[in-house]
Amino acid sequence: MVDVTPADAVPPAEVAEMELYHPHSWWTKYVFSQDAKVIAIQYSATATAIGLVALVLSWMMRLQLGFPGTFDFITPEAYYQFITMHGMIMVIYLLTALFLGGFGNYLIPLMVGARDMVFPYVNMLSYWIYLLAVLVLVSSFFAPGGPTGAGWTLYPPQAIMTGTPGGQDWGIILMLVSLILFIIGFTMGGLNYVVTVLQARTRGMTLMRLPLTVWGIFTATVMALLAFPALFVACVMMLFDRALGTSFFMPAIVEMGEQLQHGGGSPILFQHLFWFFGHPEVYIVALPAFGIVSDLISTHARKNIFGYRMMVWAIVGIGALSFVVWAHHMYVSGMHPYFGFFFATTTLIIAVPTAIKVYNWVLTLWRGDIHLTVPMLFALAFIVTFVNGGLTGLFLGNVVVDVPLSDTMFVVAHFHMVMGVAPILVIFGAIYHWYPKVTGRMLNEAMGQFHFWVTFLGAYLIFFPMHYLGLMGVPRRYNELTDMTMMTESAHDLNSFISIMAFLVGFAQIVFLFNLIWSIRHGREAGGNPWRATTLEWQTPETPPAHGNFGKELPIVYRWAYDYSVPGAKEDFIPQNVPGSFGSSREPA
Amino acid sequence: MSVILVFLLVIAGFAGWWLSHQRLMAKPWLEQGAIGDIIGLEGSALPTAKIGLGVFLAVVGCLFALFTSAYFMRMALSDWQALPLPRVLWFNTGVLVLSSVALQCASVAARRGQIDTVRLGLVTAGLTALGFLIGQLVAWRELTADGYLLTANPANSFFYLITGMHGLHILGGLVGLSRTTAGAWNGTPPERLRLSVELCAMYWHFLLFVWLAIFALLAGWAATFIEICRQLLT
Amino acid sequence: MAIALVLVLVVVGSVLFHFLSPWWWTPIASNWDYIDNTIIITFWITGVVFAAVVLFMAYCVFRFRHREGNQAAYEPENKRLEWWLTIVTAVGVTAMLVPGLFVWNQFVSVPSDATVVEVVGQQWQWSFRLPGKDGKLGTSDTRNVSPENPLGVNASDANGQDDVVVEAADLHLPVGKPVKMLLRSIDVLHDFYVPEFRAKMDMIPGSVTYFWFTPTKTGTFQVLCAELCGQGHPLMNGVVMVDTQEDYLAWLGEQQTFAQLSAPQQVGSAE
Repeated sequence: MVDVTPADAVPPAEVAEMELYHPHSWWTKYVFSQDAKVIAIQYSATATAIGLVALVLSWMMRLQLGFPGTFDFITPEAYYQFITMHGMIMVIYLLTALFLGGFGNYLIPLMVGARDMVFPYVNMLSYWIYLLAVLVLVSSFFAPGGPTGAGWTLYPPQAIMTGTPGGQDWGIILMLVSLILFIIGFTMGGLNYVVTVLQARTRGMTLMRLPLTVWGIFTATVMALLAFPALFVACVMMLFDRALGTSFFMPAIVEMGEQLQHGGGSPILFQHLFWFFGHPEVYIVALPAFGIVSDLISTHARKNIFGYRMMVWAIVGIGALSFVVWAHHMYVSGMHPYFGFFFATTTLIIAVPTAIKVYNWVLTLWRGDIHLTVPMLFALAFIVTFVNGGLTGLFLGNVVVDVPLSDTMFVVAHFHMVMGVAPILVIFGAIYHWYPKVTGRMLNEAMGQFHFWVTFLGAYLIFFPMHYLGLMGVPRRYNELTDMTMMTESAHDLNSFISIMAFLVGFAQIVFLFNLIWSIRHGREAGGNPWRATTLEWQTPETPPAHGNFGKELPIVYRWAYDYSVPGAKEDFIPQNVPGSFGSSREPA
Repeated sequence: MSVILVFLLVIAGFAGWWLSHQRLMAKPWLEQGAIGDIIGLEGSALPTAKIGLGVFLAVVGCLFALFTSAYFMRMALSDWQALPLPRVLWFNTGVLVLSSVALQCASVAARRGQIDTVRLGLVTAGLTALGFLIGQLVAWRELTADGYLLTANPANSFFYLITGMHGLHILGGLVGLSRTTAGAWNGTPPERLRLSVELCAMYWHFLLFVWLAIFALLAGWAATFIEICRQLLT
Repeated sequence: MAIALVLVLVVVGSVLFHFLSPWWWTPIASNWDYIDNTIIITFWITGVVFAAVVLFMAYCVFRFRHREGNQAAYEPENKRLEWWLTIVTAVGVTAMLVPGLFVWNQFVSVPSDATVVEVVGQQWQWSFRLPGKDGKLGTSDTRNVSPENPLGVNASDANGQDDVVVEAADLHLPVGKPVKMLLRSIDVLHDFYVPEFRAKMDMIPGSVTYFWFTPTKTGTFQVLCAELCGQGHPLMNGVVMVDTQEDYLAWLGEQQTFAQLSAPQQVGSAE
């Protein structure tokens, strides 16, 4: 037991009042605000709005796949535009923006005990550039030729050729410009998230006392800062190829009987750059989810997270390893076959720290006091879908198994399960968990239960059977499956079933959105700490937290973030800013 | 992709060194009290703005390392024809070195509180940096006049792309420098001015370093160097 | 409580679905049953882990659900347990990786007696080229592509003159003979994929990629394009017929060589 300083001997943390910016008008308070909490809500609202567009696009795709030939307005061009925009929006503009820009902005300063981000002005710029990127993206729907239909991977040469929708029109240009803007905007935000964790932690908040949410978002941001430049480089070079006629990625090509001007370039070079970003991106989305779900499980099971140190090391280890696995997306791309040995090995190694995280989540449940609240339900559902999607990743990461499965519906099912459904379930859980802090009111429980059951079971029923279509050989990115000789009649029926499930799950999200709006006024009053949680965001003097977060004095941190059910303590939780030691035996028996 | 991997290894080295000072092996549930007071586990003593700039420079470094990786991968293909470097690049390099030196002087002067030297250093740095940009434009014009057009060969495309990207970063730096310079005349408090001059100097030195690396890359020395290393290893 | 039941149902349902549903891979028609075996190994290992984790969770939720007066245990970590789990996981991962790498080694080592077939992809059709009597394919270049020379064969290369050119038609292969597919594209990325053969590989304009296999069953198989290649992607079907040796030779005899195909055009240009 290291009880370092008696509580009353500790001087209060400095009041960083001087540095704080003060809004003077309604505009600077709610629109051009530099308060991280307002920026977080702006990020979240924008991401949700554009995410709804992507949801509708997925319905369009499922209409076509489930009931081919019924809907004439879904032409092949439109279909490819829908899948491209659906994928790009979901991965970049929704998941990345919501986890880092939304949750990062709201939770980091509150959880580390800071008044705000360290560079509030840059933080505000970050949001407005993100909004601009979203608007540019949306504008491509109205541009001549429509948005690009190159697939979210934007592989050249087809991405910038006539045979692809938007390839020789505005679609691809707007897409690339929007991505470049997004990366610039993100870098501004990302600097804030990283430096705030480095520099603005309150007194006593050592790294090993950080909640895992902060660890997850912090590590993901560091990775994003280092990975997004690869996408930036790829986008700029492709923009040169498309707009100025260079040949970075473009080899000699005969298109529809005509020789193009390009020559000598390497499409594989683009794939290397793209996946050098693209693989870390998976973990940029996953690590914040890992962190958040750890805190949800710990809080609602009233038990400290099992193996906290292992969890931290695993987050850091996964973050580092994820930079040397990118080419497992390229096993059948025609790169040198010997790369397969290296990348299959690194990919399967990364399964070990990931598995440890899963074990620790379920071991946290063991001998817990599990409150089956809506956030907890979502956390449990996350484990199921994440384990499922992670295990199918072992198929695709093992180079030779990937050969028959790559570019089939198996891949679609895998990545939707592991980086679509699983992180989204965490986002939902997190919203049910922190909504009371943001608004002061609880979300409606009945609507929450309905939303949970339809979303979890529906999503599982969509994506679990889909693996077997892929095993059968059904290729992805086909708007027409009617000519496939290997597909049985029943496989087509399965496709219709999947589509119906997709509509159901989609409609459940509308109930959720309604709940979000309805509960702002009609939700039950939450109080400051409805879940009886230990972390600092629940200890603010006001709910929702006022500008400056912590009132006159910053909190001082005396303990780690997981003092739940400490033996001998009066309550089953001790907030991080409560001094004094409780309990006699903290070493496990 | 080896260049970017080496770069990331360096970053990982820094990160590892920093993490190794954060007591990651501690058992946090056994420690209660405000331990941050005892061991320097709170933020670094460096100004936050400097840390922020440092992180930003790591991102910029990552960007250029990736361009370099792409350069080497594209270079290995058969249609590559190196282009002759315009002589004016040597002159530009000298001007950029001068610019960095001027800012370093300004930064030393700011520490000593010699406001006139600070002003002189800032203005010199600004003018020389502008001179560098003009010199780069001259180099572009020379190349285009000699028929080394953007689309004619990937070596040309990379030359314009990478020098352009570097120029844009200098241009961005000039915006910051002009604000600092304005502050030097408008009576910014000395502490603030000193920080802002130091930030400019840091950025300038980094971009000089990037330029030297790019210069070596475009001149082909980097490729020769790597070839020698490879032969030594095998 | 419902969630504990549902978790059990998810496991039971998934396992039943796996064994009882009619959706499974197509009957194999090549030598790559090694790949199928590796998939089966992976299914077993991952299936056991999935069931174990989710059932354990279901048990915890049932057994340790909140009831009045309950208190959670205080257990920050358990080094031994964590090490054991790590080791067991590492063993499981190795059990999947090692066979996988062995089979991959076979996949990339082409047997020396494999005959060569070139596949050329373009938006949105398949063409093929087989070496003639000399057993060698002539060189080719996308820059040579023209309406008369759709595959871009190098006309000045003597090896190419007797190459058999099959433009936008079915490919025939003899059963039981290993074949190395050389893959080439003249416009965008494509991917030559026959589900029954299990193997596939992207085709990249500007370079030649390959894979090999031995067809083990005669019959007609559908070729799919498995890399997005523009809006005609789903229409890019082809046919491979695996024949007995006699049927194959009969088909081969009917095909035209590069020289034959370009001859009339040379007469035309002389006029």
